[in-house]
Amino acid sequence: MNVTIVDYKSGNISSVINSFKEVAKDKVNIEVTSDLNKIQSSDKVVLPGQGSFKNCIDALNKINGLTNALNEFAINKKKPVLGICVGLQMFADISYEETKTSGLGWISGNVSKINNQEGKYKLPHIGWNQIEIVKDSKIFKDIENKSHMYFVHSYEFIPKDKNVISATTEYSSNIVCSVEKENIFGTQFHPEKSDKLGLKIIDNFLKL
Amino acid sequence: MLKNRIIPCLDVKNGRVVKGINFVDLKDAGDPVEQAKIYSDGGADEICFLDITASNENRDTIYNVVEKTSKKCFVPLTVGGGVRSIEDINKLLNCGADKVSINTAAVENPKVVAESSKKFGSQCIVVAIDAKKNGDKWEVFTHGGRNNSSIDALEYAEQMEKNGAGELLVTSMDRDGTQVGYDIDLMSKISSKVNIPVIASGGVGNLDHLVDGIKLGKASAVLAASIFHYGKHSVKEAKDYLDSKGIPVRI
Repeated sequence: MNVTIVDYKSGNISSVINSFKEVAKDKVNIEVTSDLNKIQSSDKVVLPGQGSFKNCIDALNKINGLTNALNEFAINKKKPVLGICVGLQMFADISYEETKTSGLGWISGNVSKINNQEGKYKLPHIGWNQIEIVKDSKIFKDIENKSHMYFVHSYEFIPKDKNVISATTEYSSNIVCSVEKENIFGTQFHPEKSDKLGLKIIDNFLKL
Repeated sequence: MLKNRIIPCLDVKNGRVVKGINFVDLKDAGDPVEQAKIYSDGGADEICFLDITASNENRDTIYNVVEKTSKKCFVPLTVGGGVRSIEDINKLLNCGADKVSINTAAVENPKVVAESSKKFGSQCIVVAIDAKKNGDKWEVFTHGGRNNSSIDALEYAEQMEKNGAGELLVTSMDRDGTQVGYDIDLMSKISSKVNIPVIASGGVGNLDHLVDGIKLGKASAVLAASIFHYGKHSVKEAKDYLDSKGIPVRI
């Protein structure tokens, strides 16, 4: 099996690469590339994302044909995709971080700043928080409800269709932290930094 | 519910741990990678390396350490010490650091914070503030505590938040190495002033100090070095103790 981590030259993806290679060992081939052909021919795609939404989308768009290739992979061929952090947020229609920016539009909804109740809660939401699993998601196989995952973000994805939500986390409000829509998976938290349980989620994705 | 974090810190010099955990089963007590792994297996919420390499020719040793550690530890790794430029930050992130802490460079050239947080995202930019009390205020020190910038630490903290820092690592120079506890007054004043998380550092001598840092100092995370060295306390003991005092921790 070939799994591609999309390297679109934005932000730091070393930890994502390290964690996937650790879990994959020699059983799964992990490619790190933005090569369109390699993406198209791979079995699964991981879309990481760090920094601002706009920076990530701009970086995606800078690589000629990349968004088309990703659309083809996820929407037409319906092959498994995992978005992490801003990678998940990019599934949305629109984000309001910095300025109004269009996303990939794979899961209808918007990305907006976490309401920190006028400074009562610190932002970014940084650290280990428990996830409330609200839907049986394939990537949560053998993950107990209320497991701790590592978060670092100031914006949240609010999908229109609540049925896509697979887990939430409690902070200043109830934040969507994982989604599953058919072949499209996403986590707001960082499985690659969430110790053994995070690696288990990665393993679940690789075994899909 | 978001948990308070416990962050063990290792001083690394020329690629070797200066003080560290003294366990009999350690193959190489000076190896930062092995020590970091013990911490992360023991439940550390993050790991921090402070590079105190003095000579420039050995500066690159930290990259090698970070690269190896990030392949074995799957919790966030923060690296600080000698971080001068965007290029330094870029190199550390590429080696597998998740956050970089900036101290002297942030004082001398606050643009480094603004530019790096824009380029890499606020989530990986930690500004380290070394503060020393002078009368009724605190002043920011640089160069590992050798130079007084005379900048007011509270105003500086606010400015760094505006510049895009994702977190502040606040060390009391009066308390560092004394083991008498954090400077609670300093921590709570800075934490109340800014809206980003504050990591308390400097002065931890026992587990009650960690409790105070969170309860009284209002810190989101507590960093400690020496209480975890030589096996005085394990991270697990620290977490169990905080838990017994009603502080939410990841267990």
